[in-house]
Amino acid sequence: MAAPNSPPQTVAAARTRRRPFLESLAHLRRDPTTVVSAAILVLFILIAIFAPLIAGDPTALNPIRRLGPPAPDAWLGTDQLGRDVYARAVYGTRVSLIVGGAVAVLAAIPGVAIGIYASMNRVGGAIVMRLVDALMAIPAVLLAIALAALLKPGLPTLIIAISIPEIPRMVRLVRSVALSVTAQPYVTAAIAAGSSRSRLVFRHILPNTLAPVIVQATYAAASAIIASAILSFLGVGTSPEVPSWGGMMADARGFFRFNPELMFYPGLLLSVLLLVTNILGDRLSDALDPRKVTQKMP
Amino acid sequence: MTNDSDPILDVAGLSVRFGARTERVQALDDVDIQVRRGEILALVGESGCGKSVTAMAILGLLPKRTARIDARRITLGGTDLHGASDRSLRRIRGNRIGMIFQDPMTSLNPVHTVGGQIAEIVRQHRGVDRRTARSRALEMLDLVRIPDARGRRDAYPHELSGGMRQRVMIAMALACDPDLLIADEPTTALDVTVQAQIMALIADLRRDLGMSVLLITHDLGVVAETADRLSVMYAGRIVEEGTVGTVFSRPSHGYTAGLLGSLPAEGKRRQSRLAEIPGAVPRLSDPAPACAFADRCAYVTADCRAGVPPVVHPGPGHRCRCIRPDAVYADLSQSDIVRAWQ
Amino acid sequence: MTEPLISALGIDQSFPVGAGFLGGPRRRLHALRGVDVTVAPGETLGLVGESGCGKSTLARVLLGLEPPTAGSVIFDGTDLARLPAVSLRRLRRRFQVVFQDPAASLNPRMTAAECIAEPLINLTDLSTAEIDARVLALAASVGLGSHLLDRFPHELSGGQCQRVGLARAIAPEPDLIVADEPVSALDVSIQAQILNLMLEIKARMGLAMVFISHDLSVVAHVADRVAVMYLGRIVESGPAEEVFARPRHPYTRMLIGSVPHPRPPPEGGRPLPKGELPSPLNPPPGCAFHSRCPLADNRCLREVPQLLPEVARHRTACHRVAEDATEGA
Repeated sequence: MAAPNSPPQTVAAARTRRRPFLESLAHLRRDPTTVVSAAILVLFILIAIFAPLIAGDPTALNPIRRLGPPAPDAWLGTDQLGRDVYARAVYGTRVSLIVGGAVAVLAAIPGVAIGIYASMNRVGGAIVMRLVDALMAIPAVLLAIALAALLKPGLPTLIIAISIPEIPRMVRLVRSVALSVTAQPYVTAAIAAGSSRSRLVFRHILPNTLAPVIVQATYAAASAIIASAILSFLGVGTSPEVPSWGGMMADARGFFRFNPELMFYPGLLLSVLLLVTNILGDRLSDALDPRKVTQKMP
Repeated sequence: MTNDSDPILDVAGLSVRFGARTERVQALDDVDIQVRRGEILALVGESGCGKSVTAMAILGLLPKRTARIDARRITLGGTDLHGASDRSLRRIRGNRIGMIFQDPMTSLNPVHTVGGQIAEIVRQHRGVDRRTARSRALEMLDLVRIPDARGRRDAYPHELSGGMRQRVMIAMALACDPDLLIADEPTTALDVTVQAQIMALIADLRRDLGMSVLLITHDLGVVAETADRLSVMYAGRIVEEGTVGTVFSRPSHGYTAGLLGSLPAEGKRRQSRLAEIPGAVPRLSDPAPACAFADRCAYVTADCRAGVPPVVHPGPGHRCRCIRPDAVYADLSQSDIVRAWQ
Repeated sequence: MTEPLISALGIDQSFPVGAGFLGGPRRRLHALRGVDVTVAPGETLGLVGESGCGKSTLARVLLGLEPPTAGSVIFDGTDLARLPAVSLRRLRRRFQVVFQDPAASLNPRMTAAECIAEPLINLTDLSTAEIDARVLALAASVGLGSHLLDRFPHELSGGQCQRVGLARAIAPEPDLIVADEPVSALDVSIQAQILNLMLEIKARMGLAMVFISHDLSVVAHVADRVAVMYLGRIVESGPAEEVFARPRHPYTRMLIGSVPHPRPPPEGGRPLPKGELPSPLNPPPGCAFHSRCPLADNRCLREVPQLLPEVARHRTACHRVAEDATEGA
């Protein structure tokens, strides 16, 4: 393989920064599964944003039309209080997306910060990890119920209640990944090349830790959507008027025998959202590993 | 001792192509290998040259979905391996062909005792009862000179050192009296003193049992000390072949010459510049329409790129795919290593 | 004699191993015991020994990457252990490292150019444009085509990665490079390229080098002086030519005798090394080598031999060699 020094390049070209993540994303655009999943997620987001334009009032009671069949003004029929099931399903998307997204972020940020700290500091790390173990010993839903009962009910409480049990999982994951990254020769090389502590963390350790964090965050989002449904189902989530898929399913429980579709619609939406979230998480984490996607060869 | 007309392993015209839709790899191109009865044949080359693929192809272990294998002939003592069914190949592997690999730790099952693993192989292939298999295991551990074999029989792999594990692998490979032992870089993961012991063991076993060995290695020193013949492989082709004495005393291919020249062996002036082979090992794509080594060769001419060089015979039993074998040799005839062999 | 560039004196290094809590008492692995090494400016010291002998630990101690349990490392008059972290970081400009696994020693998310620029960004006050110019010059000086600079490590071959590693090491113009098995992971045909490059760089920059390898022929080729290690101790040291031509310690002889050469094997074969490396967790008492030594006697079982005073700059830690010397005198 002849390697002629190509004619004098401009100095700047020598260090063109390549962005492995962006290159990988470009690559992912050719994967049909990813494209379809992303399209569905975007559709959910659009539905949540433009809910008022595509559906009527989800809270309007109509006692005369309880458990009614589909009608022009209620495409999917009405529930036990005569509310439009279609409108409630559309507005329910908002709660699910907000809870999922917020929990992913609220679990990831402190989780990554604490996890990296625990991987770098021997004594502090040991203390943190024992606390994390203790927190993990409490069942997540139980912890969420306790917190929800303690704080003022509402969406923020719901999000906090679901986020807190997710943090320890994230800490554990980040710490173990960061420890194995730290043991890599390139981190030793970075120390030997005089990297400061912050450069070490932000340039060498953190970027190589993120791939599993993304996956874990999407799992956290998915499980948060389920948890919010469970908590709504148990009656400790959002207030009954706020439409949520979990609340809808809880309400439908009593009528399952004769009106199973009341359970089916929110359940289907929930399943599809969870599926695309998990698929996207997997693909994104692959995209974060430059070895898996980008390939520039002679 | 060796018998030219009756090789135990006879591979002719072996080509292997790995095909994905986007990227095709021609891993082997028209490879001939004969291991004669009772001889140690070394298959020499660098990583990615196709030596391990050759072993896998002989053993029928290449993934059927991605690998396309063509061969005029792959036979073991007269039995056809190329057209054999999966079932008969399973009966041959471990029974008529023993195998040892570079890393003994990953090839041994960590939850079974080493004696149990040897006995298991014997029971599987020979259908003997448990007690016979167990005593066979002990016999084998003795054969590979594991001290206190009776005690070590019930040891788990992690309780043994790397050298002892490789001895256990050899015991397992030989437990069914195979016709052929394939050893793929058996000492690469071991320290040099342990390497010397393991190679001596393989040489002794060959002498005592009349075993035939296909030794895959990158180390020319190991070849010189242990093998009878060698085949040098480059980019999926055999480029030079012959007895160790003929090839080392009359290297005739530019690659063989380059390998010998680049060794920092004694006799060279300290801190002097080593003769290096320029460039990097090529990536294998479609079969090169010329000598694959041409781009790195010190003796290259325009004719080298005109077509795949034919096989020439620089001497009896010495085969070489190079159009300028005499130029290569003339250059090396005064080198220290070559003169030592003359 | 010139002042040494770096000297390590009485280095002990031990690590706790195994589970402490409920897993029985914690044991300590003594990776280094009383090791002394010095390297003069411009000199290449070769460190040889088998796995577990402590050569890589010694490299990390010399580089100030881990503080030794006992002893001190003095670089050009400065004791690394007494240096505050910030000053140690600044001093790193003067000693750099090259690793065994060329791909793993480069951050997979950084291009070749960014890897080479790393020490310049950290340790110099150069402007971005100056750094870019330096990176281009460095790449050229290690024979790395400038079209490869925007590649990620996984897009380069092993030899190219090691060239990047070398360029990174020489970027801050150090006085010392510690190379830990720099060619062991490379193909035979690439090893000679990298060895030539290292010798050339060393000669051009007047570098001192600590060259660690298990491959004796490589060390014999590049080193001025060698130190042979066995289970955490230096058992023999001296000028490379002298040690390889006239090894004194029985372990050095065993090691040299084990290397297979591409030459006709001697009639009747070579003497076979005896036994295996004992566990470093539980080394034999007395001379750690006595379990494999053909010369061992009772004294070797009890007493740890010390490195004898120099004879022609050649030192050995062996009771039997010492006896021979006194008898001969």
